[in-house]
Amino acid sequence: MTVFEVVDGIAAAMPAANIDTDVIMPKVFLKGIDRSGLAAGLFHDLRFDDQGRPRPDFVLNRPDHAGARFLLVGPNFGCGSSREHAVWGLRQFGIRALIGTSFAGIFADNAANNGLLLVSLAPDRLMPLMAAAEAGPLSLEIDLTDQHIRYPGGDLHFEVDERLRHSLMSGLDRIGETLTHAERIRAFERDYLGERPWLAER
Amino acid sequence: MAGRRTLYDKIIDRHKVMSINHVRGPGESLLLYVDRTVLNEYTSPQAFSGLRGAGRGVWRPETALGVIDHVNSTAPVRDNRSADRGAARQMAYFIENGREFGIEIYDVLHPLQGIEHVVLPDIGWVTPGLVIAAGDSHTTTYGAFGSVGFGIGTSDIEHLLATQCLVYHRLKTMRAGVDGLLAPGVTAKDLIMALIRRIGASGASGHALEFTGEAISAMGVEERMTICNMAVECGARVALVEPDAKVRTYMAGRPRSIAPHHLDRAAALWADLRSDADARFDAEVRLDAATVAPMVTWGTSPDQAATIDGHVPDPGSLRGAEASAARQAIDYMGLVPGMALADIRVDRAFIGSCTNARLSDLRDAARVLKGRKVADGVRAIVSPGSSTVRREAEAEGLDRIFIAAGFEWRQSGCSMCLAMNDDVLAPGERCASSTNRNFEGRQGSGGRTHLMSPAMVAAAAVRGRLADVRDFGAVR
Repeated sequence: MTVFEVVDGIAAAMPAANIDTDVIMPKVFLKGIDRSGLAAGLFHDLRFDDQGRPRPDFVLNRPDHAGARFLLVGPNFGCGSSREHAVWGLRQFGIRALIGTSFAGIFADNAANNGLLLVSLAPDRLMPLMAAAEAGPLSLEIDLTDQHIRYPGGDLHFEVDERLRHSLMSGLDRIGETLTHAERIRAFERDYLGERPWLAER
Repeated sequence: MAGRRTLYDKIIDRHKVMSINHVRGPGESLLLYVDRTVLNEYTSPQAFSGLRGAGRGVWRPETALGVIDHVNSTAPVRDNRSADRGAARQMAYFIENGREFGIEIYDVLHPLQGIEHVVLPDIGWVTPGLVIAAGDSHTTTYGAFGSVGFGIGTSDIEHLLATQCLVYHRLKTMRAGVDGLLAPGVTAKDLIMALIRRIGASGASGHALEFTGEAISAMGVEERMTICNMAVECGARVALVEPDAKVRTYMAGRPRSIAPHHLDRAAALWADLRSDADARFDAEVRLDAATVAPMVTWGTSPDQAATIDGHVPDPGSLRGAEASAARQAIDYMGLVPGMALADIRVDRAFIGSCTNARLSDLRDAARVLKGRKVADGVRAIVSPGSSTVRREAEAEGLDRIFIAAGFEWRQSGCSMCLAMNDDVLAPGERCASSTNRNFEGRQGSGGRTHLMSPAMVAAAAVRGRLADVRDFGAVR
């Protein structure tokens, strides 16, 4: 997993509320058995018309937003289906972080498992950033080491769960970490299933 | 702490292997033991590939069950082949993974196949007090049994299979108290849609949402499943209802029910599965069931809904973000601000999904359809929630009512709820649907979805436009 320390790039504004994972990654891109090829599906119906031509007015299709690394998003981003393909698609497209006010729960867990940083800001703190990005391409830098977003005319601190920050910066093997507690899990299981033998039977 | 805990916290506490960050209350990170999972063919493949790549096995394969449901055809005659190469590959890989890792798979031809969240209750595998995590957001359904169910992504499926645990963040708690009783013709679906409209698509975000009150107690277990299922559409990560005698009755006599000789011991543990009288919730909302009327959505988010006697809103009368969202939704839906919802014509009618395709749902719809015909120009299909439900419905003659009315009587699967198979809306087509999401493109690129109860779908199919089921007489 790519580690996240200091990343800079262009931020694109997608301020609509409730952008769901069906919109982020439509169903026709869900038929794989691996994680590949999902950049093509990202926001497909917003990026392309029904003839497959890019929609010139969609923010990520504008030449001055080419290579965008951040999205500034509206509330409840990532609601709906649990499909991790939405996060894989964002990462494969080159997106490293989303900055918004709130994110749906499953989406946030998926982001954490794939090195995609989600920054939650109070609406009044997001507003100047969003306004600047909507006015034109906004270059910014996210520094996860000191938890700052820096952009021309601004610098703001953000909060992030400390364990998540550590994991984003080091790219930990989360399953391997849990397996270091295998003995604790076994001990729990003996007690728990001992009390509930019907759960130990098939 | 003890003596004033919520049902949610009691279940989480009993499944806590260890605290990770030693925070007390919401925000605690902990290693959570998971009792059971159900896998499907589209969110699990990369989890199995991950296990293989790391040389890891499955901790307790007997706690997982695989069901093919998302990509399979629902054509009336079963066929385990698929013309769609992607779907065929996913189904084949799923079966191969089950074989290699020792996990039982219900393939398309299996007599118990169906939609995962219909199948698990069908077979009696959901019992009170469990933690069930699965790669599908509607895993919240199991709250109807007093179990904590929640959706996870593929990386966490892999984590769960490898360790039987998840790194879990304890949620805040919210209580929805529903006073009074639902009026005739008003269903559990209308109640949850009314709640979603009231608190918004993220109104319960970050919370475990427990439903209490007279209306919930009066409901059957299948109605509670509808409510818990759709609670995720207002952001709830977990939904719960205190388990009662109805749950015990519902579980009895099913293929994987708890063996009778264990029941007394199990029931003794279940007796404590309720929020303590003085338990404190982080948020509260109250609804009066008697004031709920049949609901339909007009927009592209489940909270963009109104009672059937209402109108498409005028965005000019709304404020800020709500106005722009309404404008965009009305444009996508091809509607006109101010038009009566009952004037909206439909091309398609769909009864199915893990929200509303259980036996009681099919009975509700059949009651409306008996002796009536689907309107000219409307294509109507019904996909029973599982093969078990399909057989039970046929034993009651419901299939004949649907077919006589002009519905296609299909096999089971997720079908047109998310249109991963060939049950897809064409661009611009409009569908009355008993499903859970009216997102842009959900039922097909450019397709337009109006959510409602199964009885309301039946009414819309007959009328050829959105209709009030209470005008049809045949309501409970």
